[in-house]
Amino acid sequence: MKMLPRLLASAALVAGLALPAAAQDDPFQVGFIYVGSPGDYGWTYEHDQGRLAVEEHFGDAVETVFLENVPEGADAERAITQMILGGADMIFTTSFGFGEATNAVAAQFPDVYFEHATGYMREHPNVSTYNARFYEGRAVLGHIAGHMTESNIIGYIGSYPIPEVIQGINSAFLHAREVNPDVEIRVVWTYTWFDPAVEADAAQALIDAGVDVLMQHTDSTAPQTVAQEAGIISFGQASDMIQFAPRPRVASIIDNWAPYYIRRVGEAMEGTWEQSDIWEGIDTGMVVIGEMTDAIPEDVRASAQAMIDAIAAGEYHPFTGPINRQDGSVWLADGEVADDGTLAGLNFYVEGITGEIPN
Amino acid sequence: MIRLEKRPQPSRFWVVGAPVLAVLLTMIAGGIMFAALGKNPVEAIRIIFWDPLFSERFAGFSRPQLLVKAGPLILIAIGLSLGFRAGIWNIGAEGQYIVGALFGAAFGLAFWPSEHPLIFPGMIAAGLLGGFLWAMIPALLRVYARTNEILVSLLLVYVAEALLASAATGWLRNPEGSGFPGSRNLARNPGTDNPELIAGTGMHWGVLAAFVAVIAAYVIFSRHILGYQIRLAGEAPRAARFAGVNAGRLVILCLGASGALAGAAGLFEVAGPAGRISIDFNVGYGFTAIIVAFLGRLNPIGILLAGLLMALTFIGGELAQLMLGIPAAAIQAFQGMLLFFLLALDVLANYRFRWKREVAA
Repeated sequence: MKMLPRLLASAALVAGLALPAAAQDDPFQVGFIYVGSPGDYGWTYEHDQGRLAVEEHFGDAVETVFLENVPEGADAERAITQMILGGADMIFTTSFGFGEATNAVAAQFPDVYFEHATGYMREHPNVSTYNARFYEGRAVLGHIAGHMTESNIIGYIGSYPIPEVIQGINSAFLHAREVNPDVEIRVVWTYTWFDPAVEADAAQALIDAGVDVLMQHTDSTAPQTVAQEAGIISFGQASDMIQFAPRPRVASIIDNWAPYYIRRVGEAMEGTWEQSDIWEGIDTGMVVIGEMTDAIPEDVRASAQAMIDAIAAGEYHPFTGPINRQDGSVWLADGEVADDGTLAGLNFYVEGITGEIPN
Repeated sequence: MIRLEKRPQPSRFWVVGAPVLAVLLTMIAGGIMFAALGKNPVEAIRIIFWDPLFSERFAGFSRPQLLVKAGPLILIAIGLSLGFRAGIWNIGAEGQYIVGALFGAAFGLAFWPSEHPLIFPGMIAAGLLGGFLWAMIPALLRVYARTNEILVSLLLVYVAEALLASAATGWLRNPEGSGFPGSRNLARNPGTDNPELIAGTGMHWGVLAAFVAVIAAYVIFSRHILGYQIRLAGEAPRAARFAGVNAGRLVILCLGASGALAGAAGLFEVAGPAGRISIDFNVGYGFTAIIVAFLGRLNPIGILLAGLLMALTFIGGELAQLMLGIPAAAIQAFQGMLLFFLLALDVLANYRFRWKREVAA
């Protein structure tokens, strides 16, 4: 019976000796917390592309680690903490729901840099938030959709009724309406970011309702498959989804995080990192419109490209008045441009969209 | 030819020996899988089972986390075991967990930002009530309309998830959260928080409640008439009826108790580790608890150990992902192996192998 304690003690010794060496290793370690799996070919895939870009850019000076399928909430707090105990010097948490956990852990590790995607909480000086102006890309897709639809009904798969998604619906609708006064938009809420079965059902429901152009704000490629079978067109979401080109996927909205990740990791390594609240769009390349295929008429491709260029040059803002709210009241007067504060908390549809935002 | 022969009494040796053997077999089979993935199997096994408990670098943090993770699993599984023993199948603990959290959080938020000492007890009561009421739907439907409680309780999980989403984006949304979904943070307000009771242990009221539930269930099963009725109803329903066990009352009692405990687990989670109502508040404790209940052989002490073991594989598995880059799917497969071996080897406790020569009939 005396063997056991001794065995435990020696094993503990081995474990104890093995670890500190790793902790003091030189490479700057960057950790990524993913809400899904890089295999989603959507949201998390693009963040993982950003991670790989960081590895490639910095070579041996940087080491990256990631945890996939991390539930939002208490589990995230543990996952982040274990990552830091494992040696991470900088953490990217890549989903809105990680905000609370990111800030809670940041309070305990003031020397670690935290970057939280799509959130708004920066309770400690070592926490930054970053997001992309997806609505800029949605404007371009809406423009194309308005031209392409024959049934004049555009379908939109919404994840959750949160400002970011509502911005996209409004932006897509406004720019579809602009080129096609008869266009309507139908929204189905899935209450999930990633669930291929639910997303496929939503797509089918929209198609059954007469939709012939499908947009999605969920992460899987399931709606693309359904669109393909139904012979309608669709747009890639978060990643290019180029495997569905030239039809159904006629264009896409790509989240391109790599430049931002490389920039921030570089700043952290040099010690010039500062807290920030980044919201970048087409101009810096954080939002990219994927290749427009031949399925789109040439003149539409040209006008869409003109819109991309105007947004990139800062000449055009997708939310420029006159725009009324759904109830008919004035939101933006003629020529007025929406301010970021209102957009960040956007909780109403614009005039012309039927249906209600669920509460 | 090998024959299985039922033991008259479960083997005392194998009741203890089977789980140990199962863990060893999992280490071997899992080790082979990790080696096939090109990872060092010994290191992987050490990280999963050893490091969360004893490594200098992680244990200080991981050990308390074990209780945080195991607490709700044990609390829910204890409740489920009451019904499971009686042949009453509550598969919807996840929904009761959500509704309990919603009731409890709503109670706390209704008095925001009061720090009155009765707020938290009130939240616990509301959590218990929420889970209880949600479980009453399948219970009453089974008793009075003869519906199947497995289906009803399971489907109500999806209704509860829809309620949760509407609460997070609507009626419980933080008015100061600039339109973002999610309620106020209950854990950061002294009146509504479920704090760590002893610093550095991970012990919060929910973990304490889980331990109390283990003891209470143990007493009920071994000493109380109710425990006898539950077992009788499960093993011999007809005999139970002749013995005067009121089947309808038992259904309401078992579903109600398991619902209330799941609801309480939800409240402790939302006021403590999770902190707030959010769209993705539920992470599957209600379903995992079903596995924990069976892993623990529906025995209170077994459930306690099974809950801790599950928590260990979650936390250790996460470390293995992190330190060795083992994919999350492989960790899940590893957990699956553990469950498989544990349940498969159960046969050793109840049966024995006999060599038998074939005899012509």
